[in-house]
Amino acid sequence: MIATPHVDWFAISTILVLLGASFAALLSAVLVPRSWRRPFAAGVAALGFAGGLVTSIWIYVDSPNGQRVIAGSFYRDRWTALAQVALCAVGFVAALVSVEHIPGGRGSDPARRDDHIAEYFALLLAAVGGMAFIVGSANLMTLFLSLEWFSIALYIMCAIDYDLEGSLEAGLKYLIIGSFGSASLLFGSALVYGATNRIDYEGIAEQVARLNLSHDTLLVLGLAMLIAGLAFKASAAPFHMWTPDVYEGAPTPVTAFMSAATKIAALFLALRVLNTAFAQEKYLWTWAFAAIAVASLVIGNLAALNQRSVKRMLAYSSVAQAGFLLIGLSTGTPLGARGMAFYLIAYSAAAFGSFAVIAARERELGEPVTLDNLAGFGWERPFLGVAMWLFVFSFAGLPVGGGFVGKFYVFSAAYDHGWTWLVIVGVVATLVSLYYYLAIVRAMYMRPSEELRVAAVAGGSPAPERLLHAAVGVALVVSVGTLFAVQPLITIAEHAAAAIPF
Amino acid sequence: MSASDLTTVLICLPIGATIVVWLLPLSRFATGSLAVLVALIEVALWIEQAARFDYGAAGLQNAQKTPWIKDLHVSYHVGEYGFSLFLVGLTVVAMAAAIGYGFWVGRDRPRAYFGLMLFLTGVTVGVFVAQDLLLFYAFFEAMLIPLYVLIGVWGGAGRLGATLKLLLYTMTGSLVMLAAIVVFGLKYGTFDMIGSPTSPSRWLFLGFMLAFVIKAPLFPFHGWLPDSYREAPPEVTAVLSGVIAKAGTYGMLRIAITKFPEPTSFYRTAIMALAAASLVYGSMLAFRSADFRGVVAYSSMAASGLIALGLFAGTDLGYTGGVLQMVAHGLISVSLFLIAGAVERRTTTGEFAYLGGMARGRPALATLLVTTGVIALAVPGSAAFAGEFLILGGSYQRAWWWAVIGAAGIVLAAMYMLRLISGVLHEARGPRVPDEALDLRPGELALVVPLVAVLLALSFWPAGVSGHSFAGNSPTKAVQEQFR
Repeated sequence: MIATPHVDWFAISTILVLLGASFAALLSAVLVPRSWRRPFAAGVAALGFAGGLVTSIWIYVDSPNGQRVIAGSFYRDRWTALAQVALCAVGFVAALVSVEHIPGGRGSDPARRDDHIAEYFALLLAAVGGMAFIVGSANLMTLFLSLEWFSIALYIMCAIDYDLEGSLEAGLKYLIIGSFGSASLLFGSALVYGATNRIDYEGIAEQVARLNLSHDTLLVLGLAMLIAGLAFKASAAPFHMWTPDVYEGAPTPVTAFMSAATKIAALFLALRVLNTAFAQEKYLWTWAFAAIAVASLVIGNLAALNQRSVKRMLAYSSVAQAGFLLIGLSTGTPLGARGMAFYLIAYSAAAFGSFAVIAARERELGEPVTLDNLAGFGWERPFLGVAMWLFVFSFAGLPVGGGFVGKFYVFSAAYDHGWTWLVIVGVVATLVSLYYYLAIVRAMYMRPSEELRVAAVAGGSPAPERLLHAAVGVALVVSVGTLFAVQPLITIAEHAAAAIPF
Repeated sequence: MSASDLTTVLICLPIGATIVVWLLPLSRFATGSLAVLVALIEVALWIEQAARFDYGAAGLQNAQKTPWIKDLHVSYHVGEYGFSLFLVGLTVVAMAAAIGYGFWVGRDRPRAYFGLMLFLTGVTVGVFVAQDLLLFYAFFEAMLIPLYVLIGVWGGAGRLGATLKLLLYTMTGSLVMLAAIVVFGLKYGTFDMIGSPTSPSRWLFLGFMLAFVIKAPLFPFHGWLPDSYREAPPEVTAVLSGVIAKAGTYGMLRIAITKFPEPTSFYRTAIMALAAASLVYGSMLAFRSADFRGVVAYSSMAASGLIALGLFAGTDLGYTGGVLQMVAHGLISVSLFLIAGAVERRTTTGEFAYLGGMARGRPALATLLVTTGVIALAVPGSAAFAGEFLILGGSYQRAWWWAVIGAAGIVLAAMYMLRLISGVLHEARGPRVPDEALDLRPGELALVVPLVAVLLALSFWPAGVSGHSFAGNSPTKAVQEQFR
């Protein structure tokens, strides 16, 4: 008879809500008539995410002192809760955008319209559930399980629009390269287990301290492979190869969701694992992440300079942004942690919002968005245009969005850690990034009128896209709001980071 | 409403108006009128503030402070000294003229245009009143965003290259300054300009100075200047050279010189040499320029050189003259660029080869251009003369040869301004000057005449600015005490 551990249901309530909603959405694929399926599943998804938001905020309020629950396999603390809030929020706006922008089988016969829409929303909910689980994982087993859980959901979401050229390819590419990342993470976990005989993070740290393993080859090798696996998910260079292809090929709402949510999950997790389990190895992983940050900044920025496809450019920009975020992580200090958490919120809003705007343009044109066919977009759709330039200027660290404060924070953390050189690298990278961010603004507003071609819209004026506008509006409010409401957010991030032993 | 609140209102009112203009679907006329109205309210509020200002008291006035980022000790801290009050005044007056000009010529896409102009007004006021380094940086950067779009959308044919150069040059400087700000703030535990101590670090000083010399600009950091000044719409160029460039020299006075006394004296000779080089080289380029705007653009660079020469002389006269010259040149530059715009509208060109003889039958244009030009070339008795004289006196106290170079610059100023005046107004009628080109219209007069009137008033009473910038005690002492 195996003793069952005490289960703190409240600690995993967010995950349960999301999973419950996922099942409900999945059931609608068989129970709800085709014409009602899309609004029904989307409604369920929105409700699920709203419920998840409520429970995770509740957990945040209710768990000032972090603790491990369910046989020590899951953290119920504010770090988990903060990440879950952010994830549910991203999921919510992603659901909004998906209603209008996940095509229900374009070109195929109308009788099969919306065949897979319910599954799509179920997968979206499941993916966020997995991410909400991974940020709270307390041992290598739950870590790997939840990683696979949300990854598999994402693989399918990338390929969901199989009539779209590139979507299947994106899904397959993500599957293969992502599996490589997962395998690396799994192998690393095995090596760490081999070295320490423990799988829970705190146990690993204890064992390393007790047996004085900090220079142990097995452990260091395992750590290196873990870092590689995490960097895959955060799309940091040199583990970013999948990012441009997948971001470009996947349906744009999925790209928008991934660019924000995957980074939140991977980085919140990475910060916890490294500081909890590998506190003794800090001298190693701080440098490793500084190197990865520099590589991401260099490769992401240089590659983005040369792109014509806006989705690809934004994909490389997300690699570069990972570099900035990792500056905060690499310092291994509380200041760096709250800087990273703050930057993640500002970044997610801008990343999600910018891809959502691209989704609108893509639907309008019926073809991939490039810098050339973006011409005049700002004048045709004033709200989306203004939102877009506010997002890219926030990326570039101009003071119209939280990206400015985020950059300031991670630079401060780097200097505080004694790494002035990293500040300088960051500053140079920001300067280079301006070139391509400005190219987007230039394309939207500054083309001479003879170059402007009115967008060919299939069947009259563009659809009203109210939900997309609402989602972009939310992202815009968060992006600009983070510039002003710095202190409340930093206080929240500070409380959350208090759960991490530095 | 207290005078302190007015400081914040001066920043927020135009930015709020931007949002209103963007959200409400107003007509072209309504948008323009609203923008002009807001710009005039700004001027009125500033007059109210100037009337209530205590010019005898040392230290910051009209201050407001609210924490922004507590754990790094960043705050929203604004306030005014005598000299910043005058620069704010310059900003609101210049922006009102520029917005009025935009309304008069009827810029395309009025809601976007006026929104950006109003936004520019708010953040530029912010630059001159910010008393926190990060806040200063935020406003300093935020100025670029509307400028970028204003030039990129409403500019001339070569505008894309011009905006790219402008952005890359100025952002290089600003980002280096950001790094310097981060280091400064964390090293001394506060980003507050008043609360922080002075620093002996030469690297930090150079980091700040790079941003300021690019913005001003001084030789050899002026690569962005000719394109931007030529391609921008005239009223934007007016603001760019009259006001935005002054943010660079203001930064030198408020941050670089004040916070870094030791590095300032270490690099004094080098920076004064750059300033002198900008003065002479800028004047020579102005003399060689083939078009109206080129002359005024390079003369702005020369003026920045002169101002920096005065500020870095580090003497009472130098500081006072620098501030007076900032205000005087700002007004001159705005008037000249608006007149340049008026000329270009009538002749479709600014090149002297196609201009000339415009004085005949156009008395208002001729009178205004000659008056402004004569003030600009620092004829004795003019506001610019007072400023330049103080600067020369100040730099003479440092070493006699600085004054010699400064005086040479003034002679050159006479050469290029007279060439400009005769090239446009006198000589034979230019091939592109049509007979039917009208004199300045009432709308244009309403914009330029007040500016010239202010300049004339300042010429009669330069002490209005020079005697009230530094609160009674000597400027050197005020700088040493970091304006506390």
